[in-house]
Amino acid sequence: MKTAAEAALAEAFAAARDRLPGDDAVAAQRDAAFGLFAKEGLPHRRVEEWKYTDLRALMREAKPLAPPPDAAAKARAKAAGALLGDVETRRLVFVDGAFVAELSDLAHLEEGLTVDSLADALSDNDPVLTRHLGKLAPANNVAVALNTALMGDGAVIRIAAGATIERPLHLLFVASAKPDASFVRSLVVVERGARAMVIESHEGPAGSDYQVNAALELFVGDEAHVDHVKIVGEGADALHVSTLAAAIGAHARFNAFSFIAGGAVVRNQLFLKFDGEGVVAGIRGATLLNGRQHADTTLVADHVAADCQSREVFKAVLDNEAHGVFQGRIIVRRHAQKTDAKMMTQALLLSERAEADNKPELEIFADDVQCGHGATSGAIDDELKFYLLARGIPAAEAEALLIQAFLGEAIEGIEHAGLREALLEAVAAWLKARK
Amino acid sequence: MPLLEIKNLHVKIDGKEILKSLDLTVNAGEVHAIMGPNGSGKSTLAYVLAGKAGYEPTSGEVKFDGKNIFDMTPDERAAAGLFLAFQYPLEIPGVATMTFLRTALNAQRKKRGEAELSTPEFIKRVREAAGKLNIDQDMLRRAVNVGFSGGEKKRNEILQMALLEPRLAVLDETDSGLDIDALKIVADGVNRLRALQRAFVVITHYQRLLSYIVPDIVHVLSGGRIVKTGGKELALELEARGYAEYQEEAVE
Repeated sequence: MKTAAEAALAEAFAAARDRLPGDDAVAAQRDAAFGLFAKEGLPHRRVEEWKYTDLRALMREAKPLAPPPDAAAKARAKAAGALLGDVETRRLVFVDGAFVAELSDLAHLEEGLTVDSLADALSDNDPVLTRHLGKLAPANNVAVALNTALMGDGAVIRIAAGATIERPLHLLFVASAKPDASFVRSLVVVERGARAMVIESHEGPAGSDYQVNAALELFVGDEAHVDHVKIVGEGADALHVSTLAAAIGAHARFNAFSFIAGGAVVRNQLFLKFDGEGVVAGIRGATLLNGRQHADTTLVADHVAADCQSREVFKAVLDNEAHGVFQGRIIVRRHAQKTDAKMMTQALLLSERAEADNKPELEIFADDVQCGHGATSGAIDDELKFYLLARGIPAAEAEALLIQAFLGEAIEGIEHAGLREALLEAVAAWLKARK
Repeated sequence: MPLLEIKNLHVKIDGKEILKSLDLTVNAGEVHAIMGPNGSGKSTLAYVLAGKAGYEPTSGEVKFDGKNIFDMTPDERAAAGLFLAFQYPLEIPGVATMTFLRTALNAQRKKRGEAELSTPEFIKRVREAAGKLNIDQDMLRRAVNVGFSGGEKKRNEILQMALLEPRLAVLDETDSGLDIDALKIVADGVNRLRALQRAFVVITHYQRLLSYIVPDIVHVLSGGRIVKTGGKELALELEARGYAEYQEEAVE
């Protein structure tokens, strides 16, 4: 028995199948992926990985695929990306899921940097796709399967061995006012010893219940240093499902940060694989929700090789009737000796009606490892608050200071000073809007 | 008009009466010591004055500068010039000491209708006050009280007091956990702030602190009320003879 949304997705795929970009091999990939969806349907609460985010119930309808953006939509997108403030980035702008070259900054690309749109790469049968597309994102994940089946555009970024890309690359995804669906897929391949930062931000207007399914596959070569930052600032009625799938090579440094403040329903998936020895990774996130927002961060950190260190810190601030979910699984494979992995997830509840679900899991198959996890949830500490009040700080300001401090532990882990400041500012703005 | 006037104050905590008809009058310029055995109600008095939740009076009145303090929130009391040096200063991870000091100082100034301090002026004041208390720059860079020793936490309380320049400072067992060198630094910090327009209520179990902060008036608090008041020599008597005779009186 299909839901209306499932039926609509099947119709959308049937109608779009022949005009979606890519050669026969890609078409076969799309068919296989859609086949999984056709079999499984939208994930629901009886599927363990989706227990707290019942997509079948939360996604009542499937929106039509977004048409290419018109001039008005493109004009409005010029104002996007304000959250990043003064951070100097190289912008790649996507409106309703389609790459818009005239809004993007493609001039004077640094040596070793190549940027294409996925639609172009698919039309040109770019060999980079054969080697990399679909190699990291888990094929059995229904959100990923839908993305693979319906992907229209996205970014394809290559960074040559040894290159240092100073300016962060900013993939800016903007939804126009139309309640449509977009499926974007990006690929970032960072070769050995290269250095880059990739920011992925998603935003759109309130009052439009548009849908976004975004996936990014990230290959981090040996000894490379890569930072990935995702900012979910979708409009208040949007449904956002996104996936980061990364493989990290030997002696690489890798940092990932998720900042989630927008959207009605958000599912943020991270599938990270530490493939080479000696990786140092920091995986962090800050989520701020109010109203009836629902945001789920689901992380799988898979330690395949030995001697890798990972730190996972996820913080959520939940007000009103918001619902925050964190599912974090650390896997340590048989050969991943000397793994050092520590995961902490904390929720701060600002309302008695807010809900936090934390599910940390460890699966350890090696015998010489240091792993740990912790989870806490609670209200603002009255003793700390009184200390601030007793110094003359008014209640609202005292709470704001304590909330900022709570999130600070995660945000301070961002190495880029400008971005760190921009996110702290975004937290301050969120707190101001709360009063 | 007295700076602080407590009349017939009764306070119950969890259904148990801790303060029973307490009277105390403190004038500007005076240093009062309140001594008493454990459980006599000393810290309760400090918390009632500062306005901690759960420490509300069942009857009686407390006037600060002529105004009923029970009409004021804790932050309003602080802005009006009431300061409590905590017996156990709290650690606030993630809040930088400088941010904390600045937020507190500017919040108080704003409430009093004064302009915020400029950054250079603020930093100058902090450096000056910190230097006198042997607080180094590294401590100021850390989160509030995080990783501080007991002595450092107490010095940080005195630093806050020096910056906030209260009209009435209540020191709740500021001497507890201090070695003699730290005690002298803290006492010097308090003595520097003694002024005609300012008063202190020094709560302590031991006479030791009072050798360095010499009080004008000493009260014995026992069983929730002040049972004896005298000059500074009363502290020495208590040191020599203990609290036994006053505890007798407190038994009902």
